[in-house]
Amino acid sequence: MNAFWVATIGTSVIAFALKYAGHNVPEKIFAHPKIQSINALIPIALLSALVAVQTLSEKSKLMIDHRLAGVGVAMLALFLKAPFPVVVLSAAFTSAAIYNWL
Amino acid sequence: MSRIESTTFRDSFSVSFTVGLYGTAFGAAAVANGFSVLQSCLLSLLTFSGASQFAVIGVLGAGGGAISGIATASLLGIRNGLYGVIMAPRLKVKGVKRVIAAQITIDESTAVALGQEVRGESAMRQGFWLTGFGVFLFWNLFTVAGALGAQAMGDIRVWGLDSAVPAAFLGLVWPRLQSNKDRILALICVVFALAMTPILPAGLPIIATAFIAVVVGLSK
Repeated sequence: MNAFWVATIGTSVIAFALKYAGHNVPEKIFAHPKIQSINALIPIALLSALVAVQTLSEKSKLMIDHRLAGVGVAMLALFLKAPFPVVVLSAAFTSAAIYNWL
Repeated sequence: MSRIESTTFRDSFSVSFTVGLYGTAFGAAAVANGFSVLQSCLLSLLTFSGASQFAVIGVLGAGGGAISGIATASLLGIRNGLYGVIMAPRLKVKGVKRVIAAQITIDESTAVALGQEVRGESAMRQGFWLTGFGVFLFWNLFTVAGALGAQAMGDIRVWGLDSAVPAAFLGLVWPRLQSNKDRILALICVVFALAMTPILPAGLPIIATAFIAVVVGLSK
């Protein structure tokens, strides 16, 4: 079994286990404000890191290329309060234009 | 259908369809990052949590190992567990129904349910089930479409898909950056992950930022 299968199945099993566990524990366990606060901050940390790594690295090298332009336009679209599909499409369009024609 | 129910139905449907559409981006990104069409569809059916799914394909696409991918996805999945804690006392279901409820416990079903609070507990339950099933249906349909589409594309860079994936992450994190503290944390994590990329094995720089979140969460 290759890494992609291990990742697909492992992620799925743990994702369900976490959801199901939540439905089976008493509510008051997670009432602590620090837990609530950490829970809100973890997605911010991981997603920000993913944006950076996916935009500016290739394997383990840092690299500036067409992707930075694409993500830059996506950020501009978000500043202008564009809906999610516009954000993603404008990034793809910009990136493709630079990759194909520059 | 009463007026209360139609409002709940409208909320659920509009969220389900819009969110489901992003499934196209996920299916395409998964294939672009080296997953097969079948694996992409299984992730949407079984993992069924957008951020976790994008994370695992992102980590493996960047050259990270399966364990790093699973760990990052699972850290993002913890919040679904907390949603389960909130929803369980309101849904009051057992056995198979609880298993199904757990699978569809995600950002959107919980958010729509909580949004119906003013309309009473039965509207909350309706909102949860309608949105959960609705997102599940559309998310999976559009995942198939995106995965097949990307498979037909060939070189993904020609279509800008290699930028669409980080742009999707950016779109997911953007609404969460409410306070200055959130923005500073995001910036620290960006700098940290980039600085560690040439040093640590792929995937680890991303997971490591979760610890920064814990430290920031504990200090106040």
